[in-house]
Amino acid sequence: MLTERVKKEIQQELSKYAQKRAAGPEALKIVQSHRGWISDENLSDVARFLDMTDEELDSVATCYNLIFRKPVGRHVILICDSVTCWMMGYENLFNHLQQKLGITFGQTTSDGRFTLLPISCLGACDKAPAMMIDDTLYMELDTSKLDEIIEKYE
Amino acid sequence: MEKPLTGNIQPDRKPLDITEYEKAGGYQALRIALGKSPSDIQKIIKDSNLKGRGGAGFPTGQKWSFVPMGRDARRPKYLVVNADEMEPGTFKDRLLLEGDPNLVIEGAIISAYAVEAEVVYVFLRWAYKTASSRIEKAIAQAYEKKYLGKNILGSDYNLQMYLHNSAGRYMCGEEDGLLDALEGKRAIPRSKPPYPQTCGLWGKPTVVNNVETLANIPYIIKKGPESFKRLSLTEEGGTKLYGVSGRVNNPGLWELPLGTPMGEILHKYAEGMREGYRFRGVLPGGASTDFLTEEHFDVKMDFTNLQKAGSRLGTGTMIVLDDQTCPVGMVYNLEKFFARESCGWCTPCREGLPWIAETLEAIENGQGRPEDLDLLEEHTGLLGMGHTFCALAPGAMEPLQSALRIFREDFEKHISQHRCPWRQ
Repeated sequence: MLTERVKKEIQQELSKYAQKRAAGPEALKIVQSHRGWISDENLSDVARFLDMTDEELDSVATCYNLIFRKPVGRHVILICDSVTCWMMGYENLFNHLQQKLGITFGQTTSDGRFTLLPISCLGACDKAPAMMIDDTLYMELDTSKLDEIIEKYE
Repeated sequence: MEKPLTGNIQPDRKPLDITEYEKAGGYQALRIALGKSPSDIQKIIKDSNLKGRGGAGFPTGQKWSFVPMGRDARRPKYLVVNADEMEPGTFKDRLLLEGDPNLVIEGAIISAYAVEAEVVYVFLRWAYKTASSRIEKAIAQAYEKKYLGKNILGSDYNLQMYLHNSAGRYMCGEEDGLLDALEGKRAIPRSKPPYPQTCGLWGKPTVVNNVETLANIPYIIKKGPESFKRLSLTEEGGTKLYGVSGRVNNPGLWELPLGTPMGEILHKYAEGMREGYRFRGVLPGGASTDFLTEEHFDVKMDFTNLQKAGSRLGTGTMIVLDDQTCPVGMVYNLEKFFARESCGWCTPCREGLPWIAETLEAIENGQGRPEDLDLLEEHTGLLGMGHTFCALAPGAMEPLQSALRIFREDFEKHISQHRCPWRQ
């Protein structure tokens, strides 16, 4: 069930567009911001709210990089693996993160703290390598900086 | 030198708020524009020679001229600000969105007026969180000041503007993919014609312009097309945001006259290669442009001259390859990106790109066969322009085809030595 608060937030989005389904990506993001990811049940609820079939909305949900159709940890690490970051030390960072957290891409730490995902160019190439944790961008990274940053997240 | 794009931007300082922006001459261009007819504005932009700064370089005035005008046009008409910057190696629109959001918004309002649009969507890359809050604020303040909404500045022109934060996909930067995303569908290209100018968002006339393109509009309206044309070193007019990333001493972004020579940007502004690294090649305008080399340092970086040199201006943000980075590994990285971001709509792209990425991976890991190079070369044709719905796959072929030529020996060494010479 969608909460009244979520419904209200989605309703606000609807006013921007000529058709209901246009609010689909944003509606999914709203639900995700409350629940962390989009379960089959949540997907159906949103689809019904937007007069779409589950399949129609799932085709949208699975197209976009930032809609999670599987559970994720409390924090999502998005590490840029595009060309400049790759040249400037991405592999080192990735290997370090894998060892430190004991997970690889697509996995979540057993304590539910982090999910690790690759992401395409974050537009911070003059300060590569870069990554995002949740909504925060980190640039000019090296392994020791990475260690400090990771500590900040519970 | 006058800087139409970054004149208000100072490093380490918050962007001008709307009152400061007005004091710096902001929104004067909108007042001037509303005193003229939409077709006058179109003519001024046409005369300025402004070419789209998103990558393709299509003349902006001409793009607008395809929009049906007057009473018989189907409405509402739309203008979409393409702020979905995601081309690997590109970080130029971020500067404008974060550094002078009011300029982008003013440019969008004037452009919307020029095509008589009723609604503007700012389609923003999901990762640009700072830009998102600043653009949102700039839009809200523009409403307060009557630059948006009903009867703008007492005229009979009405315009609504909305911010759309994307859910992330490279395909959304492609004009049609972007429109699909706005309509709440999977981002896939559409068959052209019809073009968006006649049949775009929800089937209505729609113009899609890049952030940097729109940021030029207020200057052109205020100072006139001749002043704009005089800013460039070549005939194409205006300035350009040029960027450099990679192992140079001073990676960054600079607004310079359009047509500034490549070598000058690399040496004077990026301050040359870091100690211990040698220059080997450069992608002049993002991931989907052909490699150029030292012999091209004199090439003036504009649309025509880079095309003559065998590449493209693209986004104008250069990615430098140094001698301690494996060119095969670099091209593999690029093709892996394109394969991942392919929307899967048409076969050459969906099937071809992963095939290419896997072949490059095999070569990089020392498992390549001599015939792989012919296979790769053949694919640069099969996935080239005219074989696909959109420019994603043809763009992906540009760095590959030039790498196969320029770094041929490095490819061959990987195959004959059964390993990457750059790895232990």
